[in-house]
Amino acid sequence: MASELTKDRLLQAYRTMRTIRDFEDRLHADFATGEIPGFVHLYAGEEASATGICMHLGKDDYIASTHRGHGHCIAKGVDVMGMMAEIWGKKTGTCRGKGGSMHIADLSLGMMGANGIVGGGGPLICGAALAMKLRKLDDVAICFFGDGASNQGTIFEALNLATVWNLPAIFVAENNGYAEATSSKYSVACDNIADRASAFGMPGVIVDGFDFFAVHEAAGEAIERARKGGGPTLLEVKLSRYYGHFEGDQQKYRAPNEVAHIKEAKDCLTTFAKRVTGAGQLTQAELSAIDAEVAALIEESVRRAKSDPKPAAADLMTDVYVSY
Amino acid sequence: MSEITLVTMPKWGLSMEQGKVNCWLKQVGDAIKRGEEIVEVESEKIAGAVEAAADGIMRRQLAAAEDTLPVGGLLGVIAAADVPDAEIDAAVADALANFKPLTADDESSGASPEKIQVGNRSIRYLKRGEGGTPVILIHGFGGDLNNWLFNHEALANSRTVYAVDLPGHGESTKDVGSGALSELADALLCFMDAVGVDKANLVGHSMGAGVAMAAAVQAPARVESLTLICGAGLGAEINGDYIQGFVGAANRNAIKPQLMKLFGDASLVTRQLVEDIMKYKRIEGVDAALRTLSSALFADGRQQSVLRDQVAALGKPVLIIWGEADQIIPVAHARAYTGKAQVEVIAGKGHMVQMEAANEVNQLIKQFLS
Amino acid sequence: MARKITYQQAINEALAQEMARDSSVIVMGEDNHGGEGSPGEQDAWGGVLGVTKGLYHKFPGRVIDTPISESGFIGAAIGAATNGLRPVAELMFVDFMGVCFDQIFNQAAKFRYMFGGKAETPVVIRTMYGAGFRAAAQHSQCLYSLFTHIPGLKVVMPATPYDAKGMLIQAIRDNDPVIFMEHKMLYTLEGEVPEESYTVPFGEANVVREGDDITVVTLGRMVHLADQAAQAMQKNGVHVEVIDLRTTSPLDEATVLESVERTGRLVVVDESNPRCSMASDIAGLVAQKAFGALKAPIEQVTAPHVPPPFSDALEDIYIPTVADIQGAIGRVMEFRR
Repeated sequence: MASELTKDRLLQAYRTMRTIRDFEDRLHADFATGEIPGFVHLYAGEEASATGICMHLGKDDYIASTHRGHGHCIAKGVDVMGMMAEIWGKKTGTCRGKGGSMHIADLSLGMMGANGIVGGGGPLICGAALAMKLRKLDDVAICFFGDGASNQGTIFEALNLATVWNLPAIFVAENNGYAEATSSKYSVACDNIADRASAFGMPGVIVDGFDFFAVHEAAGEAIERARKGGGPTLLEVKLSRYYGHFEGDQQKYRAPNEVAHIKEAKDCLTTFAKRVTGAGQLTQAELSAIDAEVAALIEESVRRAKSDPKPAAADLMTDVYVSY
Repeated sequence: MSEITLVTMPKWGLSMEQGKVNCWLKQVGDAIKRGEEIVEVESEKIAGAVEAAADGIMRRQLAAAEDTLPVGGLLGVIAAADVPDAEIDAAVADALANFKPLTADDESSGASPEKIQVGNRSIRYLKRGEGGTPVILIHGFGGDLNNWLFNHEALANSRTVYAVDLPGHGESTKDVGSGALSELADALLCFMDAVGVDKANLVGHSMGAGVAMAAAVQAPARVESLTLICGAGLGAEINGDYIQGFVGAANRNAIKPQLMKLFGDASLVTRQLVEDIMKYKRIEGVDAALRTLSSALFADGRQQSVLRDQVAALGKPVLIIWGEADQIIPVAHARAYTGKAQVEVIAGKGHMVQMEAANEVNQLIKQFLS
Repeated sequence: MARKITYQQAINEALAQEMARDSSVIVMGEDNHGGEGSPGEQDAWGGVLGVTKGLYHKFPGRVIDTPISESGFIGAAIGAATNGLRPVAELMFVDFMGVCFDQIFNQAAKFRYMFGGKAETPVVIRTMYGAGFRAAAQHSQCLYSLFTHIPGLKVVMPATPYDAKGMLIQAIRDNDPVIFMEHKMLYTLEGEVPEESYTVPFGEANVVREGDDITVVTLGRMVHLADQAAQAMQKNGVHVEVIDLRTTSPLDEATVLESVERTGRLVVVDESNPRCSMASDIAGLVAQKAFGALKAPIEQVTAPHVPPPFSDALEDIYIPTVADIQGAIGRVMEFRR
């Protein structure tokens, strides 16, 4: 699979991961000012998962995301300007300020939405995949969910349904170790979420979520199998989040140096950069150029989000029904 | 006993099983002339007056306002002043003792509509009676064979009478092609081929009259006579607001004021009539059919096909009947016909004169045909 | 005379006609054909009461049996609706929505709003409701008011075979999620139904009977009981207007208010439990918007605030009766200040 990764693809992968990281770091900083309404759940640290998987997808492939969905949105191609404006509650946002961080969606890009309901996406992507199968398309539908959602009945039902109907569906368990403040060591009854795959008659694969290349390869196999009618896969991506469950979470439930240690040893952007520059695939100058472009993009997205208008009172009543 | 006349609940159309007495228009002791309206009765579909079948005195009223009676149930008795009370009581007792309500079997053994394939359309029709040169009843724009509810059976007692659903109407195929009168007339003539009718007396109401005239122009040999009731095709004027309102109405509140224009007595527009029209309008293809017809035939509130002179030139027997209070097509058209015709204008009645003054219209048609 | 078929046949015919018209319409649910994966007959059931029987062979691959997994397949129907299909999912009994409600009210109902008007979810969830089957507390509830409460859902409950066909076709063509509620006691009811396809619009109440003395607003199976009560009251000279709401979301407020403005009296008849019910909703609406017209207090005829019981002796008194409705009409008519 690595052979597919041309220079352009590597640049794209780095750009996507860097965009997610900067987007989330910036939100982390700006949220502390109190200007952003509501609450946000940041994806920083998990970039290799969304990026490694979504690089295999076109806009007709569907993904369902989670409340920690910014990374999936960016990796699936949702406009960063619209996302930032949405999170700031602006009319120019992806959802016109009606969804916010937890509901960013763009069905025209196959992004079925971040989802405020833990485990909500499993049944939905079964439907998207069923539609693909009945319409004889070779698209796939992917459900991202966390270790918390892995214990939800909806996910079990979806896993069962996907095998019963032999759907082109991939279930990606992003196990970052914590469902809110509760460790998956406590809440997940088996050693690995992927171990549950056999109970639902599908392959279960465990992959290092800090390693873009590993994720990309494992996802590629599962997606190719699904496109060819080989049915669903449960892919467990083991990774970590750098920030709290939500912004403001002091993470007292984690060991004092846990995050610092992971950042130091495993950070997906650092390891990616080391590997591609070491192998002579990309130069540090090329990566730095991307860093600068992304920084400018994020800066611009915040500048616009701050100055864009809020929705008007009349917007409250629109977009409930297509017709009523 | 011959001078005793029983007034019973009428059967207006196939589906009527019972009727409700709205009010008596004559009271016990009133002198009554044959043909006078004596009691107002309401079925699910329509309200109407029962007309006296004989001269006499209103001697008994056996049903009160609000009573619901089965079809055939005894409403009252008309008899001459000199008929003794005892004789009337005996007649009432006899009628009540021998009354048998219609059963489902009677219902199913009666005439029921059929469908026949005519070209690429299925055409629904109802045939009643036997004998003579057949009569074909042709409803108007937005109507169907039930528009002849009060006429069909009466006309069929001595001859074959068909009522058809034109293309786009009732339960016939909803494709109306170009919507031109000539196309509807073609469909009518093909229907006649299909049911084996070589020549017919055509009775058309409103747009149906236009279809009858077009058929006569296209195939004169196949038309014995024309009865044109509030007919289209006799002049250019037509109530464009009605046509547009009827076509555009999407719910009962919108359609009701339009339907009220059809009757001299707007109270005849019952809930059920409104509902039946809405049921028709909801059927797939009906909206398109009505829009095609209205733009082909009545664009800009003007009748596009005036066949008056062409029909006059044929020299066929023509009976023209109009409700004087017609709000859809002006009654002046009745008198504007240029050929030889019997013209009858009925006072106080509207566009649906064949329903509102059914007995009178039936008599006129029967006399005309014989 | 138009052809008569049953309520159940009307639903089957609507599905068949829409599946024939539009290849994106699919049907899914538990035993929707039945016999999947077993050596016997496929299409053995056609749904638990046979409503979808016969569709499986007419539309190969488009009538899909599901595991007993309501969250899974109701959610899948919703997901498929976001990706080009028009699924009609059967939630066997409305009482089972407890295990899949999230997919309906947090997902399907909210997509359009949360996504800023950029999503359409044309899914229909057909479900059986209502008491009278001696089916007890978990198979007999009405529950339409729970769905009606949720913005983004349309909630419809045809009372006649005619409405069942026309409203189901409307539901399938509708681009919003529709909860289509079928009263199990109405399945065998016969009525005139056109053979052709037609739609009955949502948000238009049906005035079943016109009258100027008192308004009875009702819905679902209760329409027939209310009409019988009205017919009986007519003999006493009381002219009852009977309004079948047909849909509770959208709600035809205008027809209700116009009627009460005219009659000044209102009885609401609702088979469901009384608290936060359609009965209380309609009563509230009228109290708020037609208070000046009221000549008497509003009466509600509902089931009591208890779950549907099992024993026939209990269920028969749980379900509102014609006599209950007549009693309420009588009390409202006789009220004097």
